[in-house]
Amino acid sequence: MADPLLRVEKLVRRFGGILATDHVSLDVAKGELHAIIGPNGAGKTTLISQLTGHLAPHSGSVFLGGRDITGLPAYRRSALGLARSFQITSLLPDFTAADNVALAAQAHHGHSFRFWANVRKEKALRDAAQAALNRVGLGGRADVLVSRLSHGEQRELELAVALATRPQLLLLDEPMAGLGVTESARMVKLLQELRREVTIVLVEHDMAAVFALADRISVLVYGRVIASGAPADIRQNDEVKRAYLGDQHVVVKHG
Amino acid sequence: MKAPFSLRNIVTALVVAGLVLLPLYSSLSGNVFVLTLFTRIIILALAAASLNLMMGYGGMMSFGHAAYLGIGGYAVGMLAQEGIGSGFVQFPVALAASALYALVIGALSLRTRGVYFIMITLAFAQMAYYVASGLARYGGDDGLTVYKRSDFAGLINLSNRVQFYYLCLACLLGVIFLIWRIVNSRFGLVVQGLRSNEQRMQAIGFPAKRYQLVCFVIAGTMCGLAGALLANNTDFISPAVMYWTRSGDLMVMVILGGMGTLFGPVIGAVAYLVLEEMLSRVTEYWAMIMGPLLLLIVLFGRGGIMGLLGRFERG
Repeated sequence: MADPLLRVEKLVRRFGGILATDHVSLDVAKGELHAIIGPNGAGKTTLISQLTGHLAPHSGSVFLGGRDITGLPAYRRSALGLARSFQITSLLPDFTAADNVALAAQAHHGHSFRFWANVRKEKALRDAAQAALNRVGLGGRADVLVSRLSHGEQRELELAVALATRPQLLLLDEPMAGLGVTESARMVKLLQELRREVTIVLVEHDMAAVFALADRISVLVYGRVIASGAPADIRQNDEVKRAYLGDQHVVVKHG
Repeated sequence: MKAPFSLRNIVTALVVAGLVLLPLYSSLSGNVFVLTLFTRIIILALAAASLNLMMGYGGMMSFGHAAYLGIGGYAVGMLAQEGIGSGFVQFPVALAASALYALVIGALSLRTRGVYFIMITLAFAQMAYYVASGLARYGGDDGLTVYKRSDFAGLINLSNRVQFYYLCLACLLGVIFLIWRIVNSRFGLVVQGLRSNEQRMQAIGFPAKRYQLVCFVIAGTMCGLAGALLANNTDFISPAVMYWTRSGDLMVMVILGGMGTLFGPVIGAVAYLVLEEMLSRVTEYWAMIMGPLLLLIVLFGRGGIMGLLGRFERG
């Protein structure tokens, strides 16, 4: 394989005596949609947080496009093209949807030590925000306060915010969490479109969605990657079945 | 602020118009005291407005904002003592000293968050208080008399009550105009975003501390201007203006008027200081009435007076 876009090498993170990330190694090729699955408490969010720089690993390295980013703070990684969505919706609740997205565009569009001109009249930022909102189907909700958006709309807005930073790599932490059946279907459809444009690492509990979307799947159990491969291989893998999929067998078959 | 004739805007316009016309009333009625009182109110409103930029828009709860009043004031007083009476020197020095203090204190304080931030800003302000108390050459505990007001080479005479009043009012309105521009600028949006959700802002690519520190310095510098005016107003500066209760007063003005609203701090300062003045005439135990009154407003009037006005209108 050519140089992967994201390479994780022997990443270790402890919380007290617990190994939340146990020598995790992972390669994500450019253009791939790589899903990370695992039971509750497997350390998925811990892993994502180390990739985005919100949490420092105790050892190991993270490379983005061949560059070692292990020690970089979150905002620098964002500048290098890494974007994330949060498992628990994390937006600016007292801002409008458009402002949320425009800020993301602004972060990657010149510096923000400008104290005089009205930012809401910067056409480039407003246009970028509107484009990202349209992309996720929120075009008509631009001027609504985030706190007034439905949960499903907020999940979509999370995605628009991430997109507005023009990422190379999108880390999605359970984008389907808390969504109803129709909303989930919309999200899957949306991700299916996005994957053509951007490399995605997807952490998700919804197995149907994961097996429908992923090029490759890594299975995380107790902080360790116990298997990594194409969906068909993962489905056949005995260790995975034992550790994780056993009780969800039915879902997997349907997926 | 969508409807131009909302109740908030009408009240704000009335208050500003009242402030502009006050000297007229004062000279017609011969009531000099009201002018003196309102000069002080305007200066403290300026300090409160600067605190509001940091606290209301930036979400940084500084409990040491009165330190800048002292620093600005001492810059004027100490220079005057040393024979440098020109306002063209005194005011820039007051602003620069405040900015420098804010830069150092901000860089240290912004390593902490929440209650710790409140406590550390308080601690630094108290340190400034004790340093000023120890300045034997400049009056120490007793404070420093400013024998001559800042001299602006005939451009404006600060010893003339009306001229000085309008200078203070112009400074206040100028600072509010500046804050208005800042709040709606790129920088302002970032700072408000950080108030709302710092982690998110980091994730989309903003180095949080840098922006917060600049906001901290801008607010401190603005308050230094209030300090320089205050020393001129009272012809006196003492460590007492930096005491933590004064920082508390400023916070109360901001919260009372309405955090994160442009004119809230002005309304808060007017309400707080006029009330204090009126109650202190009725009884020397005025604080016993003032305290519960403030509690009621904080408990039941979320968003302060501005918040109340907005809700009153919506019914």
